[in-house]
Amino acid sequence: MVNAVGTALSQKGMVKGKKFFTLTADYIFGHDLLKAAKSFFGAHDANLIGDELIATDVTDFSPYLLKVRQAKPDVVCCNLAGNQVTNLVKQYAEFGFPYPLVGFNLNTGDAWAAGAGNLSGTWPTVWYHTLNNPASQAFVATFTKKYGKPPENHAWIEYITLKLLAEAINTTKSTDSGELIAYFEKQTQFDIMKARKAYFRSWDHQLVQEAYPFTVKPKDQMKDQWDMLVLGDAVPAANDPLEQIYPTKEQNPCEMKA
Amino acid sequence: MQFEFLLEQVVNGLVLGGYYLLIALGLSLIFSVGGIVNLAHGAFYALGAYVCVELTKRLGFGASVVISPFAVALLGILFERFILRRFYTADPILSLLVTFGLAMVAEQAIRMIWGAAPVSTEIPQSFRGSVIVGDFLFSRYRLLILAVVAAILLGIWLLLHKTSFGRVVRAGIQRPDMVAALGIRLQPYMTGIVMLGVGMAALGGAFFAPITTVHPAMGAEIMTIAFVVVVIGGLGSFWGVVISALLVGVVRGIAIHFEPAAGEASIYILMFLVLLVRPRGLLGERIEKFE
Repeated sequence: MVNAVGTALSQKGMVKGKKFFTLTADYIFGHDLLKAAKSFFGAHDANLIGDELIATDVTDFSPYLLKVRQAKPDVVCCNLAGNQVTNLVKQYAEFGFPYPLVGFNLNTGDAWAAGAGNLSGTWPTVWYHTLNNPASQAFVATFTKKYGKPPENHAWIEYITLKLLAEAINTTKSTDSGELIAYFEKQTQFDIMKARKAYFRSWDHQLVQEAYPFTVKPKDQMKDQWDMLVLGDAVPAANDPLEQIYPTKEQNPCEMKA
Repeated sequence: MQFEFLLEQVVNGLVLGGYYLLIALGLSLIFSVGGIVNLAHGAFYALGAYVCVELTKRLGFGASVVISPFAVALLGILFERFILRRFYTADPILSLLVTFGLAMVAEQAIRMIWGAAPVSTEIPQSFRGSVIVGDFLFSRYRLLILAVVAAILLGIWLLLHKTSFGRVVRAGIQRPDMVAALGIRLQPYMTGIVMLGVGMAALGGAFFAPITTVHPAMGAEIMTIAFVVVVIGGLGSFWGVVISALLVGVVRGIAIHFEPAAGEASIYILMFLVLLVRPRGLLGERIEKFE
C-alpha cells in the first residue's frame, strides 16, 4: 500500500526532497506501515520531519494537528486505521490546513463516512466498485440489486475469500486445513476480478495482487454519494512483477513457520 | 518557541475541556438529583448525532443542531417517567444494570435503523478553517462550540441559583425529605433535570457529528471520558465538573506535547492521583441522602 501511494505521489512530484509528517496508529499494523513508509522515504530522498504515535482509542486529533502546524511539513501522511482515519480526515478538513493529507490505508466505508467535502489527497485501495473489469462489474450489479447500495472493499474481500476457499476445496477434494494451505502455497493463480491474476506468496501467505492509488472526485461531479473516488492506474504497471509493491524477505519478518 | 507551542496546547486543551463538559455536566446533574449513575447517557449523545445527521439532509445543519437536542430531550421525558423513576429509591446496582442494558438496546436500535456502517455529515462551509489569534491557532468550528458551551453553562448556573426551580432542585439534592415535608413533589423537577441532562448530551452529539465518526458505538466511546471528568470533579458537583473538564483537556494536551503516545493514559493517571488525595473528587461534597 505504501508503494502504491508512494508511486502515485512520486509521479506528482510530491516525494523527492519533500518534508513528511506521519501520524501512526500505535500498534503493529501502524508500526508496519511506518516502517514501510520510512523505507520508501529513504529510497526516494524524502525527509521525515515528524512522527507521532497515536493510541488506538484517540478520537480527538486537535493536539496532534497543532504539532503538525508547528512542524510545517510539505505533506502529512496518515498511518491510522478504521474509524481513526475518518476522525482524522474530518478534523483535518475542520482545521483547513494547506498541507496535503495522504495516507497508506483507507477502506471504502471509512472514505464514505468521512464525507465528500472532507476527504482529499491520495490514498490506496485494493478494490473499488467502479473498477473497470467485467467480473467486478457483475458482482457490483448483483450486490447493488440485493442491498440497494454498491459494495465497499470489505464486501469484495469477503466475496473473493470465499470464492478462493471454495475453489481450493473443489480442486483438492478436501476440507483439511493442511491440504488447503499446501494448495495455496503452490502459488496457484486466481482470478480476483482484476486485470491481473493474484496468488498467495508461499513464504508469508500474502495475497499478491495489484493495488490502486485514488484521489477524490469533486463533489459536483459525483453521480451519487458512493461515487466519491477516482482510481488511478494499477500498480505495479502491467509489465512489472506484482511483488514489486510487496515487502521483500529482508523487510518482512513474517515467515509463517509451521 | 517551545514555550509558545506548549501554551498553544494548553489553550487548545481548555477548548477541548468545553467539549467534554457538554457530556459530563448532564451526567453529573442526573446523579446529583436522582442518585442514578446513568450508563445510558452515551446513547443520548449518539442519538443526538444521528438525529442531527438525518435532519441535516432536509433542513441543513443550523436547524438540525437546534432541533436534535430538543427531540432527544423529549425522549428523556419517557426515559425518566417509565424507567428512572422506578429506581430513585432502589438499590443503586439496579439502576446501573437497567441503564447499562438500555445503552446496549439503544446501540442495537441505532444499528437496526441506520445500519452498522458510519454515516457522514460535514461542517457548514462558513465554520471551516482556523483563526489565528496572536500565536494561537483555533478551529473556527470549535470556537463556535466553546461559545455555545459557555452560554449553556451560564444558563444552567442561572437556572440552578436564580430561579425557584433551581432552589427546589438544590434543596432536593441535599434533603429530599424536607422538600417533601414542605408539600413539594420532586418528580416534575427530576423530569426537568433529566431532560436537561440528556438534551445536553444530544447537543454534544449533534455538534460533534461533523468532526467525529458517527457510528452505533459512539455513545460507549464518549462515556469513558465523561466518567473520568465527573469522577475527578466530584460526582454531583457543578463547578467540580467544570474545573475537571478543563483540567482533563489541558493535561491531555500537555502530555501529547511532551509524550504523544501517553496522551490518553495521562487522564487516567490524573484521575488516580486526584482520587488518592481527594476520594470524593476535587469539589465532591458530602450528600446526606447517599451516606
